[in-house]
Amino acid sequence: MNEQSHPAPASNVSLERRAWNIRRKALLMGEVQGQGYIGQALGIADVLAASYFHAMTHRPADPEWEGRDRFLLSIGHYAIALYAVLMEAGILPEEELETYGMDDSRMPMSGMASYTPGMEITGGSLGHGLGIAVGMAMGLKRKNSDAFVYNLMSDGELGEGSTWEAAMSASHHKLNNLICLVDFNDQQADGKSTEMLSAEPVVPKFEAFGWHAQRVNGNDLAAVVAAFDAARAVTDDRPRVIVFDTTMCKGVPFLEQRDITHFVRVEADEWSKALAVLEEGKPA
Amino acid sequence: MTHNSHARRYEPRKVTPKEDRVATSAMIASLAAEGYDTEAAPFGNALVELAKTRPEIVGLSADLAKYTDLHIFANAMPDRFYQMGMAEQVLVSAAAGLAREGFIPFATTYAVFASRRAYDFIAMAIAEENLPVKIVCALPGLTTGYGPSHQATEDLAIFRGLPNMTIIDPCDAVDIRQMVPVLADHNGPVYSRLLRGKVPAVLNRYKPDYQFTLGKAQMIREGRDVLMITSGFMTMRALDAAERLAKDGVDVAVLHNPTIKPLDRETILAEARLGGRLVVTAENHTVVGGLGEAVATTLLTNGVTPTFRMIGLPDEFLEAGALPTLHDMYGISVDGIVRQIKGWV
Ligand SMILES: Cc1ncc(C[n+]2csc(CCOP(=O)(O)OP(=O)(O)O)c2C)c(N)n1
Ligand SMILES: [Mg+2]
Repeated sequence: MNEQSHPAPASNVSLERRAWNIRRKALLMGEVQGQGYIGQALGIADVLAASYFHAMTHRPADPEWEGRDRFLLSIGHYAIALYAVLMEAGILPEEELETYGMDDSRMPMSGMASYTPGMEITGGSLGHGLGIAVGMAMGLKRKNSDAFVYNLMSDGELGEGSTWEAAMSASHHKLNNLICLVDFNDQQADGKSTEMLSAEPVVPKFEAFGWHAQRVNGNDLAAVVAAFDAARAVTDDRPRVIVFDTTMCKGVPFLEQRDITHFVRVEADEWSKALAVLEEGKPA
Repeated sequence: MTHNSHARRYEPRKVTPKEDRVATSAMIASLAAEGYDTEAAPFGNALVELAKTRPEIVGLSADLAKYTDLHIFANAMPDRFYQMGMAEQVLVSAAAGLAREGFIPFATTYAVFASRRAYDFIAMAIAEENLPVKIVCALPGLTTGYGPSHQATEDLAIFRGLPNMTIIDPCDAVDIRQMVPVLADHNGPVYSRLLRGKVPAVLNRYKPDYQFTLGKAQMIREGRDVLMITSGFMTMRALDAAERLAKDGVDVAVLHNPTIKPLDRETILAEARLGGRLVVTAENHTVVGGLGEAVATTLLTNGVTPTFRMIGLPDEFLEAGALPTLHDMYGISVDGIVRQIKGWV
């Protein structure tokens, strides 16, 4: 059970290239549907690359392997981003990309555990992930596993009371095997998070709740990797959170400059344009 | 020890040929694609009109103003709008507090989040004290292809169990526009479903003098063979189905019943007593605990026993997918209604 010392599957593909591949796959899926939460996917790609190709222990061929680090997608609407990394990691076959969001696809628009290998929970009703992560972290400890539970959540979810019940619970129960990832893109459905129900200052809040907390630029891969390393290296019994400040639509400048909303509108002819722009920045 | 108590079924699914694939309609609750006249944002616009003469009206949303048409009110009367962020529990608790201080709050979110996340707060802070809070919720029943996280298939059942609660399932833009002042005048809590965006206007086409009346079912179309008792957008579906069935010689009456609670027992009993008609309820909701069961109880406890059938969603967590596919699969499309009624007459 204790195979935590094994790193993520070895590869000579750079993390930059992984993040780029994730962005590309997400755009291709967006093109299939003509819509999708592409702004979020482009923004979180670096964090997902670091999760699956640097931090996490997992076996692509066996997504239910008992020794795996668990990755919970609390934000079900970010499913397009998770499908992209699951394909990049070889957990989902890339051929299925073109079924995204279609009837009978294994990749519904909002993430569902029963549909997709590698999708641990059915998120989407926001504010659920952290509480479930608390229970899984408790369960792993009971089983003497040293696997980690990662919960990816959003700044919008910081508004839900359930998030803070779980946060208090995690530190009370000394869940140092729990790592919470917060995508702070300063956006939610009706507008900017900080202008609607501000969770700031986020780091001191988590600290006051007994957590080890960091905040980094979520689109600076070196900083992201360092934050994951620091979170896993903490030796005390605090749960850990990393708040990632991200830029929606990162990597496609003409979309980044658009009036950003929760559901970024991309016209039918713009998907190929976005893919072409992305191509220009292709890392080695 | 392995976790497999819920059915994982992610074996490769059948892959639909490219040309036959249907895309998921995301958050589009608008049913306008069906060739009806539409009205834009009937709820938001009606609320602004009313609020001009009713200073006690305030609006609140939990990060879904834009998606419930309350942004129209927020833009028109910014100082009377509270953006609560994504926090449905404090949304309804704060609405209760405002009501205690003499205001009439209209609070909006999606139907799933009001009925599931905020329920205890609605029950104790609002309903138990009979406060005039109006909870108005988009994405009722099966109006999104996002799967169970967004499909409010049991909201009516949940709220029907709550004393003091008035429950509305409006059909169209006419119902919605007309119900807003009526809900504000009702001195108690209300849960109403909502269609937003470009909302079809249908009832006035069939009945030019239609007027939404709280607690009243109204006959929209007369018919000798089948009595359909319907709510929400199933009324427009039933009206379309009735036209199709008429061509096959089946004469269908459609009794529109937008007030789920308190139920208009008198009208329902009187219509069901006009003997000989098959009685069919149709609702955009699970067959557990909604309009169908409410009507069935009314009939049976009053000794009225026509042949009775229910059209509604199954007692299941529904699939994700394109809305037309899902509506057909679960039998609440016009085709689905026609198919079922033909099988019964
Ligand atoms: C409990 C709950 N309330 C409301 C919603 C509707 N909703 C979907 S996404 C969203 C915005 C949430 O904020 P965030 O995840 O930060 O949004 P993003 O960064 O993707 O714009 C809302 C309110 C939901 N899915 N769950
Ligand atoms: Mg956000």
